[in-house]
Amino acid sequence: MPNATPSASQSTGDITLSARNLTRSFGNRQVVHNVSLELRRGEVLGLLGHNGAGKSTTLQMLAGCLLPDSAEKNGSGIDICGIDLLRHPALAKAHIGYLPENPPLYRELSVNNYLTFAARLRGMKPAAAAEALAQTRQRCGLEGAGDKIIGTLSKGYQQRIGIAQAIIHRPAVIVLDEPTIGLDPTQIREIRSLIRELGDAHSVILSTHLLSEVESVCDRVDIMQQGRLIYSDTSEHMQQHGSVSGFIISLRNPPPPGELEAIDGVSSVEQLSATQFRVLHTPDANPGGTLVTLAERHGWQLEQLTPLQATLEEVFVKITAADMATTAPARSTPVGTTLPCSDSSSGETT
Amino acid sequence: MIRLLALRELRSLFALPSTWFVLAALQFIFTWFFLEILQTFLDMQPQLAQLANAPGVTAAVATPLFSLVALLLMMLVPMFTMRLIAEERRNQTLALLLSAPLANRHIVLGKFFGLLAFLAVLTAGVPLMLCTLALGTSLDFGLLASNMLGLLLLTASYIAVGLYVSALTAQPVIAAIGALAVLVGLWLADIAAAAENSAWHLLSPLYHFRNFNTGLLDSADASYFVLFTAMFLLLAMQRLQNNRRYG
Repeated sequence: MPNATPSASQSTGDITLSARNLTRSFGNRQVVHNVSLELRRGEVLGLLGHNGAGKSTTLQMLAGCLLPDSAEKNGSGIDICGIDLLRHPALAKAHIGYLPENPPLYRELSVNNYLTFAARLRGMKPAAAAEALAQTRQRCGLEGAGDKIIGTLSKGYQQRIGIAQAIIHRPAVIVLDEPTIGLDPTQIREIRSLIRELGDAHSVILSTHLLSEVESVCDRVDIMQQGRLIYSDTSEHMQQHGSVSGFIISLRNPPPPGELEAIDGVSSVEQLSATQFRVLHTPDANPGGTLVTLAERHGWQLEQLTPLQATLEEVFVKITAADMATTAPARSTPVGTTLPCSDSSSGETT
Repeated sequence: MIRLLALRELRSLFALPSTWFVLAALQFIFTWFFLEILQTFLDMQPQLAQLANAPGVTAAVATPLFSLVALLLMMLVPMFTMRLIAEERRNQTLALLLSAPLANRHIVLGKFFGLLAFLAVLTAGVPLMLCTLALGTSLDFGLLASNMLGLLLLTASYIAVGLYVSALTAQPVIAAIGALAVLVGLWLADIAAAAENSAWHLLSPLYHFRNFNTGLLDSADASYFVLFTAMFLLLAMQRLQNNRRYG
């Protein structure tokens, strides 16, 4: 059932979390300004931003650890599954699972004891907690670790236990603050696939400064900068944001660049090395085919033709830099000449 | 919920090897006191026998022993209470409790009753040792019961102070020193006031314990302990609420 609302083009299902006008300051320093968020069932939302952008503070407010500043005056509110978190915290919090930046582990307890405590703390009955424990342990890859003392386990395992305590009571909303920090690449991949899987049945909101994380797990991206939400879209749209059309070609026997520039649709050519060129073209005309035919006819010996694709890093830097400048000219600087191509983009080789 | 949190507190305490060491060491000290006092009583017995209204064995042994334990607890309780909230804050496990569907009173009371149960176990050796005297003589169990009740109320008031100070900081050491300063301060207010009817006496928990110690059950003393404990527990709850409000 595709939902056609423009604000959430990709998502379906009911809204599990909605936050309005969250504002928070510590002393005189305001760290979060009027942030509003919405999350639907079956959606993974990535909260992206530099260090100190206010991501963790926002998540703490969503998890109920921190109250927003003068909620009445600012009209702030957080609804979890339709329950007002600020008015009925105990009811609403039963639907939240929260993993803070540092997993909140009692290091002297065994994994089983700790997870059972976490489940019971969220109001699960002992029988249900035992069942949930077995399932969660299996889900988070903790089968063999049940009787081990948490303090003796490695950082990766502790992070998994942290995620396990956040999901053991099957909450509707899962709030994860930098869930893959400090893990090795294999563990990162496992945790990401777990988050992806969780995102199918629950709503997940995670903060990160790893863009690859957003690329691989998030349906939607919100970017925070200096406590403000400056960008919000699906992660696919974000990737296309400000992307350029063009490709990199390698010719073993290249002609002078002027000849390439003369091809129909080519807007600019930049020589990268003796045999490599960056060719930019207008979005509506793709001269790729013509180029291949010409290369064959003139004996340029085409070795490689790779479409340019902006990486999320570049898009992110662009969005945040544009916001920093906040002036119109910053957005219209010629992107083609400064934008490096992605090495990881799938290459078409001829 | 309170029971769940209290049990978690106990489980964590008993999972630490240091707890067992402390239990053993304190039992050793209590036993030492007990034997010393008993020896003194046995040495004094011929002289006591000549007195017209001599104190019985319970009054002569149990009363000084309990009053020593009460003094010792003043130094000990801050070492146990320092961990309660300060360490949770430092290890950032407090977020688990704050994000759970709990009210502040659940958190505070759970920790309070958890530690109270632990300290009840810790001091249980004292009346048990005294009961061994029943093998050779008859004991005044009324006096024993009054002392036990007094000690429990006194411990509760100490824990409440320690819990509140622990809620103020993220450093367990500061929590320990702070609670010790408050408790010693209250004790000094009691012993430094020369006049018998000085109001300073009334502030001190140890002063109110003295009646229980001599076997006198006074509802005024009992209500002092209840009010004192309740006040600091409420302050701790308020501090947790401020924790959410001000970060």
